[in-house]
Amino acid sequence: MLRQARKLLGFSRTLQASLPPALASQQARTKITYVPSPGDARPQTVTLIPGDGIGPEISEAVKEVFEFLKAPVVWEQFDNVHGSDIYGNPNLEIPEEVLESITRNGVCLKGTLFTPLSANNTSTQSLNVQLRKTLDLHVNLVHGWTMPGVPSRFSDIDIVVIRENTEGEYAGLEHEVVPDVVESLKIITEEKSRRTVEYAFGYAYLNNRKKVTAVHKANIMKLSDGLFLKEFNKVAKKYPSIKAEAMIVDNTCMQLVSNPQQFDVMVTPNLYGNLVMNVVAGLTGGPGLFPGVNVGENVAIFEQGARHVAKDIAGMGVANPSAALLSAAMMLRHLNLPGFSDRLERAVLDTISNEPNEIKTPDIGGTGTTRSFVNSIIDKL
Amino acid sequence: MVTRENLDSVLKHRVGLKGPMATPIGKGHRSLNLTLRKELQLYANVRPCFSLPGYKTRYDDVNLITIRENTEGEYSGLEHEVIPGVVESLKVITRNASTRVAEYAFKYARDNGRKKVSAIHKANIMKMADGLFIKCCREVHEKHPDIEYEELIVDNACMQLVKNPAQFDVLVMPNLYGDIISDLCAGLIGGLGLTPSGNIGANGLALMEAVHGTAPDIAGQDKANPTALLLSGVMMLRHLTLNEHADRIQSAVLGTIADGKYLTGDLGGRAKTSEFTKAIIDSME
Repeated sequence: MLRQARKLLGFSRTLQASLPPALASQQARTKITYVPSPGDARPQTVTLIPGDGIGPEISEAVKEVFEFLKAPVVWEQFDNVHGSDIYGNPNLEIPEEVLESITRNGVCLKGTLFTPLSANNTSTQSLNVQLRKTLDLHVNLVHGWTMPGVPSRFSDIDIVVIRENTEGEYAGLEHEVVPDVVESLKIITEEKSRRTVEYAFGYAYLNNRKKVTAVHKANIMKLSDGLFLKEFNKVAKKYPSIKAEAMIVDNTCMQLVSNPQQFDVMVTPNLYGNLVMNVVAGLTGGPGLFPGVNVGENVAIFEQGARHVAKDIAGMGVANPSAALLSAAMMLRHLNLPGFSDRLERAVLDTISNEPNEIKTPDIGGTGTTRSFVNSIIDKL
Repeated sequence: MVTRENLDSVLKHRVGLKGPMATPIGKGHRSLNLTLRKELQLYANVRPCFSLPGYKTRYDDVNLITIRENTEGEYSGLEHEVIPGVVESLKVITRNASTRVAEYAFKYARDNGRKKVSAIHKANIMKMADGLFIKCCREVHEKHPDIEYEELIVDNACMQLVKNPAQFDVLVMPNLYGDIISDLCAGLIGGLGLTPSGNIGANGLALMEAVHGTAPDIAGQDKANPTALLLSGVMMLRHLTLNEHADRIQSAVLGTIADGKYLTGDLGGRAKTSEFTKAIIDSME
C-alpha cells in the first residue's frame, strides 16, 4: 500500500515550472531528505524500446544523459520493436521476450511505434495499442504546462490529462455489416471507468491538485459515456476536498483554447483524452516537450506525452529530447529516485528557459540540434 | 416547438434561417435540432470560422471552414448494455454519407475559391470505419485534382489547429470529430456568439442557424449579440448566390465590430442589440 502510494506521487506540482529557475532550485532543496529503504541504491533494470521515427535518436540522448546523471538504472534495450518491417509491412506482434522483460522489470521507457496505414492493412491493431492491452496499462497520464522559454500564446497552463487507455473507441471491434456500411464498436465498462477515475482522484489527492474535470459526450452517448460519468460521480464523493466537474467534450475543447487556466486534472474515456492531450500540447508548445506514462497494476511504461513518431524529422538530429527526458524524470521519481529526478528535471527546464536559441531545437523556436540541447543538459548536470 | 408547418415551410422554400432553440432536459424529449436534422435530412454542417478584426483573441490568423458529416457516425443513437457494467455504442460509417459530405466539401472549396481540403480521421485506430471515410474522400478528390488534398489524424489536427490554424482551409470530418473541432475553432475566434453555421440537406436544401445557446439570462433585455445570426444570414445569401448583398452585410458587421464603438456586452462593450444593429445599418447607407 505504502509503495503504491509512493509510486502514485508522480510529479510535484508546478514548482519548477512557474518560479524563476534560481528560486525553483532553492525550493527544490528541502531540508528533509529522502530516506531510502535498505537496498534502494541498487541498480534497477528498466526495459528500453527506442521505437520508430525520432525514437532511436531520442533514446540515445536519454542514455547519454543518464550516464552523466549516474542514476542507478540499467537498460535492457530492444531494437527489434517496430510498427513495420523494412518493406513497410505492418508487424503484427510485440516480441514475446519484450513483453517478458517489461513484466519482469515493471518499468519501461519507450519511443512511439509507427502504425502503417494502407488499403490492404485494415485488420491489424496498432502495436502501441496492443502493448497497452496485453499489459493492461489502463491509464495514460500526460502533464502539459506552459514553460518559460517556450513560445506560446498562453501562460499559466498546468494540466494533467488522465485517460482510459484500453477500451472505448480503441476496442478494435469493427465489421462491414453489408457492403459499404461499417460498424465500429465503442466499449465502455464499469470496471475500467472506475479504475481510471479512481486513479485520477488518487493522483489529484497525492499531488495536491484541486479539481478533476470529467470529459464526456453523455448527452449523445447516454449509455456509454453515461456509465463513465456515473462512475466519476461515485468516486468523486470519496474525495470531498477535490472539486469535481463534468464537461461535454466539444465545449471542453472550446474552453481549452479560450480559457485553459480553468483546468487542473482532467479524466476522460479513451478518444477524448487523446484529443484533449493534443490540444494541451498544442497550446503549451508541441509534442516534443511533455512527459507521459501508461500505468497498469504492476507495470508502468513511460513515453512522451503526445505520441507522435515525427517521421518528417527522423534522423535529422533536430528532434527535441525534452519529452523523453522529462518522461525519464517521471520514471526516476516512480522508481523512488527523487534526487536524480529533480536534477534531471531542473537541467532540462533550465536549458529550455535560460539557454539561447542556438542551443534549443527548432520546434520551440531554436536553431540548435538534439546534440546542442543534450550538451547543455549534460553541462548542467 | 418545431411544428409540421415549420418543417413544411423549409421543405417548400428549400432555405431557412433559425435562431437558437432550447432542448428541455429530461426523458422523452428528442432534441429539436435533432428532429430538424432527421426530418430535413441535413447531412452536412458547415461553419466558416474567421478571426474578426478588432475583436482580440489569442489567434488573429484563422480563416477556415469546418464541414461535418451530420447524420451517422458516433451519433447513431445505437447503444446497449451487453451485460451489467458493459456498454456498447455503435459508430456507423457508410459510403453514401461519407461520399456525400466529401463531395459537398470539394464543391464548397471550388465554389468559394478555396485551395485545400483536409480530411480528418482516426483510421490508424478505426481502420474500417474511418478507413472507409477517407477512402471516399480520396475517391472524390480524384474528381477534383486541382484542389489540394491532405489527410490528418484527428489528434494531430487538434494540435495543429491550436498551434497554427492559418495552415488550414477546408476541413471535412465524420460527425464526432466535426462536433469537437468546429467548437474548438469557434473558441479560437471568440466563441459561438460570433460563429455562423449552415446545415446542408438533400437536394440543395439549406438551413442556416446560430449555434449558440438561448441565453435565457439576458433574453428580452436588448443585450444579445446578433453577430452569429447575422453572419448565418450572410451564409444564406451566399447560398442563394446573392453574393453582393452578402458582401455588403458582412463588411458592415465586421466593420462595426472593428470600429469598436457599439459592441455588446459579450464583446466587452456596453451597446444594446438595437444600437449595434443600427450602427451596422448606418454603415451600409
